[in-house]
Amino acid sequence: MARQQREVDPEYLFFEAPREQVFITGSEAVAEAVKRGNVDMAVAYPITPQSESMHLIGDLYAQGYLKDYYRGENEFAVMAAVHGASLGGGRVFTATCGPGTLRAMEMFPVWAGSRQPIVCAFMCRGVSLPPSIQPENIEMAMLLDTGMMMFHAEDAQDFFDMILRAYAIAEQPDVHLPAGVFVDGFFVTHTRSAVMLPPEDIKLPAYDPRRAPVPTFDMETPPMRIIRDPLLNKSNFISYLANASWHQEIIAAAERARKYIRRYMGGLLEVEDPFAKIFLAASGTAVSQSREAIRVLKDEGIQVGLIKIKSIRPFPAEEIAAATAHAELIVVPEFNMGGWLAREIKASVDNNRRVVGGPRVFGGMTMPAELIVNEVKNALRDRFGAERTNS
Amino acid sequence: MSESLFRISPGFEEVMPVEYRELVTNGPCGREVGVSDLGTFKELIEEHPLCAGCNMGLALRLILASLPKPEDTVIVGSTGCSSLAFTQVAVHNIHSLFGNQNAVASGLKRALRLRFPDKVKDVVVIAGDGATVDIGLDMVMQSWFRRERITTIMLDNEVYANTGGQESGMSPQGTVLNMAPLGKRFPKVALPEIAREAGCAYVATISPAQPKRLERMVRRAILTAREVGPTYVQIFCPCPTNFKFRPNEGLQKIKQRQKEGTFQVREYVSPEAQAFLAELEGADHEK
Repeated sequence: MARQQREVDPEYLFFEAPREQVFITGSEAVAEAVKRGNVDMAVAYPITPQSESMHLIGDLYAQGYLKDYYRGENEFAVMAAVHGASLGGGRVFTATCGPGTLRAMEMFPVWAGSRQPIVCAFMCRGVSLPPSIQPENIEMAMLLDTGMMMFHAEDAQDFFDMILRAYAIAEQPDVHLPAGVFVDGFFVTHTRSAVMLPPEDIKLPAYDPRRAPVPTFDMETPPMRIIRDPLLNKSNFISYLANASWHQEIIAAAERARKYIRRYMGGLLEVEDPFAKIFLAASGTAVSQSREAIRVLKDEGIQVGLIKIKSIRPFPAEEIAAATAHAELIVVPEFNMGGWLAREIKASVDNNRRVVGGPRVFGGMTMPAELIVNEVKNALRDRFGAERTNS
Repeated sequence: MSESLFRISPGFEEVMPVEYRELVTNGPCGREVGVSDLGTFKELIEEHPLCAGCNMGLALRLILASLPKPEDTVIVGSTGCSSLAFTQVAVHNIHSLFGNQNAVASGLKRALRLRFPDKVKDVVVIAGDGATVDIGLDMVMQSWFRRERITTIMLDNEVYANTGGQESGMSPQGTVLNMAPLGKRFPKVALPEIAREAGCAYVATISPAQPKRLERMVRRAILTAREVGPTYVQIFCPCPTNFKFRPNEGLQKIKQRQKEGTFQVREYVSPEAQAFLAELEGADHEK
């Protein structure tokens, strides 16, 4: 129970506390994170495949781990309600996906614009039409420029760790921005895997709104005459300046988050086999599929490295450029039609004809390792001729 | 409210603007002042930028003078003419987006309740008719269904005024406005009745033509929201700019509409709120 939990240093919770292995779904991993997150309040609205995690958080409320919880009326209202609760100084959590994300869209830049450390999970799925509830992460493309930090979890372990760490990063006074933690729906939410969990009797320290770089709206925090909004209602130079400088500050705050992402998440990306000439660069479950493809290719004598991108915003452009400086081919498999990650990588590296965006699966299809293997082989054949594929 | 909220740091008294110093020395916080005392204390709103003769501006002054506990009141506004005035208001006020005010207020009220369990923090929504009855209606009604302990005040100028005079759900039937080139085809939305059916414990309609009555209704609404349930006050404040009457004709217009029967002052008090207010006002009376 909540009252038996003790607050510990975030670094102890993340790195030092003994962990035990459990076999749970991604949805259960979300609840395990929120249980240890010292979250004040959550607001829920059903959408597949997100719902189960918010049911479990409702159970946590019933057990006393959260102080308030309710079902909102739609995703826009839910995101507005957690915004209100955060303005009032509470630590909040919510989750949504797909059409819910798009329904709530207007609120995300508001979270960033009001510098609120809201943590929201996105269990990504297709968006209509035609209707699809299946895994796909096209919604991430639509959130890239909302000002929100974006972390992409590969599996349930990542999902658990990233949600908790997102609070630690988002609440830093020099960051104080919302954080979205994304997974590919169903693949992670509805499958069981081994997850290492710290004890449930410890939790993050409480959120202290007095450390926020912007005042809390509680009539306890000075100043009492306050202009929180950019002055965009009047057309004059001051209003342009206020708006523009505020937006630059939001971007700067995300830049300042990089050092905390390195500290708490071990970097914005992970590189395996750094001396390889061929790389698979991916985020989310495409990373797991890439691992399989790398094994298959290795058996065929083709050495391929892996770049797992964990932070999408801020984006590790410099790290990717450095990691691939000597690479001849960078293949980017994705669970969406638009290929937003390939675009980001192409914009980050020199000689971006080295980047191949594919394979792309969407509409809920799985990504067999063979698809990735074929993409790599075809790219090698196109670029270097047949002999290179067998080298 | 902590005293440090508005206290001026020693040495800075001289550099603070005079209107701020007046708020500290002669503001309404922590004092029993109301509409009858206007002119004797520093008002919470400073030189609003609304049009000459704006009845919404007048309504806003009266609402702010009527707050039972301004030092522990947070206001949630919405997009529209009133949002232009809120930057001048000296209580914490939130402008998030157009229409989400009651959802923001729901989260805010709950967070303040859990952060300050031993204190009353009044959350008051003040928004225009477009924000309340059109774009935000689902969130307004859902906050009532959920029995959120907030007060919703609609500044009803019967038009989208800030965007240039478009028809709103509160415009009278037949009125020719932008986006209603042949006249509005359906009647003014009966939001007071909807509020009552949706679970509001206290519902009132009033105008700034009756300042004392407005004050009483706003206070009753906020006090009822503390203890009983959601409350709704609809304030008729016709717009001189978009309805093309002179700035000094506002109150006359209100009275004319009252005579026609197209605007009525009304009050609905649920039995539970009635019992609560009788006890409260009886106790006040005995003082």
